[in-house]
Amino acid sequence: MTSVLEPSTSRARRADLPSVQAALRIAREIAGPAAKSVDEEARFPRESIDACREAGLLSALVPVELGGMGLSLGDVAAMCEALGQACANSAMVFAMHQIQVACLVRHGRETPAIVEYMRRLVREQRLMASATTEVGVGGDVRTSLCAVERTGDRFRLVKQAPVISYALESDDIMVTARRAPDASNSDQVIVLVDRANARLTPISTWDTLGFRGTCSLGFTLEAEGDAAAVIPQPYAEVSSRTMLPTAHTLWTSLWLGLATDAVGRARAYIRAEARKKPGTVPPGAARLAELVSVLATFRSTVHDGVRRYEEAMHDDEVLSGMAFALRMNSLKISGSTLVVDIVHRALMICGINGYRNDSPYTLARHYRDALGAALMVNNDRILGNSSSILLVQKDDASDVGA
Amino acid sequence: MTDPIRTALQQFGRLAVPVETLGDADDLYQAGLSSHASVNLMLALEEAFNVEFPDRLLKRATFQTIANLRAAVGELTSAAA
Repeated sequence: MTSVLEPSTSRARRADLPSVQAALRIAREIAGPAAKSVDEEARFPRESIDACREAGLLSALVPVELGGMGLSLGDVAAMCEALGQACANSAMVFAMHQIQVACLVRHGRETPAIVEYMRRLVREQRLMASATTEVGVGGDVRTSLCAVERTGDRFRLVKQAPVISYALESDDIMVTARRAPDASNSDQVIVLVDRANARLTPISTWDTLGFRGTCSLGFTLEAEGDAAAVIPQPYAEVSSRTMLPTAHTLWTSLWLGLATDAVGRARAYIRAEARKKPGTVPPGAARLAELVSVLATFRSTVHDGVRRYEEAMHDDEVLSGMAFALRMNSLKISGSTLVVDIVHRALMICGINGYRNDSPYTLARHYRDALGAALMVNNDRILGNSSSILLVQKDDASDVGA
Repeated sequence: MTDPIRTALQQFGRLAVPVETLGDADDLYQAGLSSHASVNLMLALEEAFNVEFPDRLLKRATFQTIANLRAAVGELTSAAA
């Protein structure tokens, strides 16, 4: 197989890639200026996503031979980081889309219908959403109640989804369900549902503290289609090998972007204070020095996580192991904790000017968005999973060095 | 003679079907084995056979079938002997 999500560029050159440059430009010129209204009106960041479409970024992960850019996970992580600096909502929608694409790229190559879909995704720059949670399973995405019902070469499924982010703006939705009506709750598959063949009936609204622009309403989803759209591999494998590690690396990347912008505001604030009284170091400067070192830790953590996943990407032994699951869980826990810590420290530095909504140093939206990181897949659930791994996993003391 | 692997599965596997109905090569995940239950199953096997599963065996394939579990336990007990 040719390069699929493989590391293609070194970290030093990644920011110079034309596609990453395009993401930085979209962040600066489009996503940033729109961020306030996206947040205030809890509306979909349409202009940002349209700009990504125009730049072809929605098929960044699709292999070159299918018409895509054939970029690596690390390249897309850099784009998430870039967008996250300007508008966390745009970055989150972009990241969630790329997570679905990664699942197709890595698990749909042997399925002609999925390969054909990927070509269409490139041509039409289709936006993919996902419906993995279900009413009645208590947030456990590895359990489904609804089932794929096959009749001949057609399938049908009905799912009560408590959230489907930007469902109404999407072109397709990846839906998890039990393999068949007689399958157990954990015997799941993931199905590619064309929105044109799905009926969405809203069951809840989305008026939240942060990440307001992801428009994560709940729906009853009734779908049908060609049974060839069911990914043949068990969802358990798609999840552990691709969906979960891609989600955790791309989410932490956009949180890193958000944190970087918060620190940027604190830096700008301290510089402005210093200019007012040349010769005296502003009182917050030492706090800023501390903050910059915390941000450096966060950066290293995220970039290391991306690199570790890229290295393990084609090694099923590693990917299906508990050590890797623990590492990816830890990445999500650390990232979602550090982003709040960093935004909070930046707020303390900017003081009342960070607290205000109407100041150039405002951190209100950053703070509200950052708080969502620990809740979207609740950290307690992830800690529960990690703690059960730790009941059996042995520490490898020989794993020293970079 | 009872099979300690099947006994542990019955007790901790939380399968959707009775263990007696499963062959050694049947897919335990399709029978409803969750990753959480697989951890408990491993703890029970470690206790029953007085072994520790090394990290290289802490993967999905080890728990896919009764045959795989038997092979893993067999390898660990013969190494300990």
